[in-house]
Amino acid sequence: MTKNNHYPIFPYRHLLGMRGLSKSDIITLLDRANASVSVSQQKDVKRSVLYNRIQINLFFEVSTRTQSSFEIAGRRLGANVVNMPVDNSSVKKGETLIDTAMTLNAMDPDILVIRHSSAGAAALLARKVSCSVINAGDGAHEHPTQALLDALTIRRTKGYIQGLTIAICGDILHSRVARSNIFSLNTLGANVRVVAPSTLLPTGIEDMGVEIFHSIEPGIKDADVIMMLRLQRERMTGVFVPSVREYFHFFGLDCEKLKKAKKDCIVMHPGPMNRGVEISSAVADGPQSVIQTQVEMGVIMRMAIMEALLDSRNRNALGDKI
Amino acid sequence: MKPIVLQNARIVDPSRDMDEIGCVVIAAGKIITAGNNAHNQGIPDGATVLNLRGHAVFPGLVDARVFVGEPGHHETIVSASYAAVAGGVTSFIMMPDTKPVIDNAALVEYVLRMAKEIALVNVHPAAALTKGMAGQEITDFGLLSKVGAVAFSEGKKTISNANTMRLAMIYARDFDMPIMHETQDTALVGNGVMNAGLMASWLGLSGIPREAEVIPLERDLRLAALTGVHYHAAQLSTAMSVEAMQRAKDSMDKVSAGVSINHLILNETDVGEYRTFFRLSPPLRVEEDRLAMISALRDGIVDIIVSSHDPQDIDAKSLPFADAKDGAAGLETLLAAALRLYHENLVPLKTLVQALSTKPAKLFRLDAGTLKPGANADLVIVNLENPWVVELDMLHSHSKNSTFEKTSFQGRVITTMVAGKTVYSCGLKEIGNVSKR
Repeated sequence: MTKNNHYPIFPYRHLLGMRGLSKSDIITLLDRANASVSVSQQKDVKRSVLYNRIQINLFFEVSTRTQSSFEIAGRRLGANVVNMPVDNSSVKKGETLIDTAMTLNAMDPDILVIRHSSAGAAALLARKVSCSVINAGDGAHEHPTQALLDALTIRRTKGYIQGLTIAICGDILHSRVARSNIFSLNTLGANVRVVAPSTLLPTGIEDMGVEIFHSIEPGIKDADVIMMLRLQRERMTGVFVPSVREYFHFFGLDCEKLKKAKKDCIVMHPGPMNRGVEISSAVADGPQSVIQTQVEMGVIMRMAIMEALLDSRNRNALGDKI
Repeated sequence: MKPIVLQNARIVDPSRDMDEIGCVVIAAGKIITAGNNAHNQGIPDGATVLNLRGHAVFPGLVDARVFVGEPGHHETIVSASYAAVAGGVTSFIMMPDTKPVIDNAALVEYVLRMAKEIALVNVHPAAALTKGMAGQEITDFGLLSKVGAVAFSEGKKTISNANTMRLAMIYARDFDMPIMHETQDTALVGNGVMNAGLMASWLGLSGIPREAEVIPLERDLRLAALTGVHYHAAQLSTAMSVEAMQRAKDSMDKVSAGVSINHLILNETDVGEYRTFFRLSPPLRVEEDRLAMISALRDGIVDIIVSSHDPQDIDAKSLPFADAKDGAAGLETLLAAALRLYHENLVPLKTLVQALSTKPAKLFRLDAGTLKPGANADLVIVNLENPWVVELDMLHSHSKNSTFEKTSFQGRVITTMVAGKTVYSCGLKEIGNVSKR
């Protein structure tokens, strides 16, 4: 751990959201992750930062990629990773979130990774436990590790973030990824655009520091980065969007529309994708897509986050939780 | 009971447009006299004389919106009445949202009987507008009013069917009974949990637009104009609702409105990081709305202040914000919180007492809200200056979720009397030379 001491301390016990983090907090985390990319890519080097530490993954919402990403990140750092199966546990039997938190806390874990369908669930849990809590998505609130891995991907592909034009397209209203990214990318100095029908934009979006577009072609014009968001199937027909056909016409990304963006524009997607709904396969699998890189950076970023949280704890440098 | 004389009191009695230093004489549970001229009337034989040294005396507060879980659970009539007297409230109107719903004469009689036997204060039931509060068939307005229901209300619910509302208004008019209605359009509220706006959006919470309140309110006001019923909007929370009410009052005499103390003192930023104690219905709005509610109170567009006392089990609040229940305890902090408006020079003291006591008593025709000779000696003695901090464990409610936890207030109830009997006292001995003749 001593070798990490040259990084500024990440001054929080938990990572609950991007909102509240300063530019330097974010850059510290990105720098840590960036430095370990080459190490991480060597499979045989297993690090021992989390040796004998216990990481509990508590996923109240089904997730394959995020949970696996956290699990692999933890294992690569030497942690004992426990996945709490929420489906058949006492949670289903009516135990409250706070009871679950107290029970887990009594088992003295070091890191708790939580995903929950209610906004604020991670913060609620964090108030009740003594270990570090990482928010892996709470309702429509935040998904900070996704925003960080997105920033890492952009920085590694483009070299910098300041001044880039980044278009976030799709269901902004229900998206925690969008909220975390809007805050994070604005803090890092990007020009953030949102592209969505008004029914899928939250109230007050005009005060969130973004430029608003209601059609994808002007929205991605001269963009450096396009982030597509998943549109949930149940929201495609009915009050939010009349039909898949209409949605793809105005908001779906295909090769033709992609030409409006800068030539070296990259295309991102937090997954899982709806091919043919928000993104065509040709774009998703095309040369401008960095979707697989995002997945790879996901593991590295999460390793860096856990390391940073533990490091600041070990160095007794705890600040307030955020 | 010995007569009681309160000397050197600042008597605030809006029913007689009075705010003066004087003397209050109480005997046999009634006010004998109260005012400056009472100084000359001598002290009755055997009276207990208290020198209030300038502390204030108001008619006891009348809270027109209190949720009690009895029959049912949560707060009981007794625990609510303890909370009431600690806050200077001597009469309250109990909402019909109980289990079972207060929608028949037998239940009204039961509540009144229970309250008379065990409550420290006067409890007046409001009966449900529709059977089972299902929004379909109207209740027995005539029989209910005969046994003592003081108003008809759907409690926390809103009648969505305009024709049901129209017929209820017409029928209530025949019995000259007020309809007290909270307006929240169910579809527009949707799964909203706080005020719609930037703050809700950052928090990832579904918002409740202001229009959810004003659209059914405007419908009701049009129907009130059509029917001529006494219509009381139970709780307004937005500037646009105030505008609607002002327009209605320009052309109608029999419409009135209330505001909860929470919406006069707090705004949406108090929700902070998912603080479920601040989850209320209607939700806390933005600062502009709060200021509009204060102006409306000062200008008489909003008539009364209510506590909307609705304590929830702690378990219902220890949840993620979207899963928690609406509501907070409010009886005990009602007066102290309202006095903040006086100390900040936003609302004159007489206007506050009018909205907390005289006006609600008048609107719902309760024998309360005045200190005129012959009235029931329901009153509250208040130290207007005493600073204190609200601690949850000092609250008398069964469930101790307050929006004013750890809040510093200036002004506190010293003594509450119901029918001349001291039902609450906090430091009465310290304030005056208790002397007997």
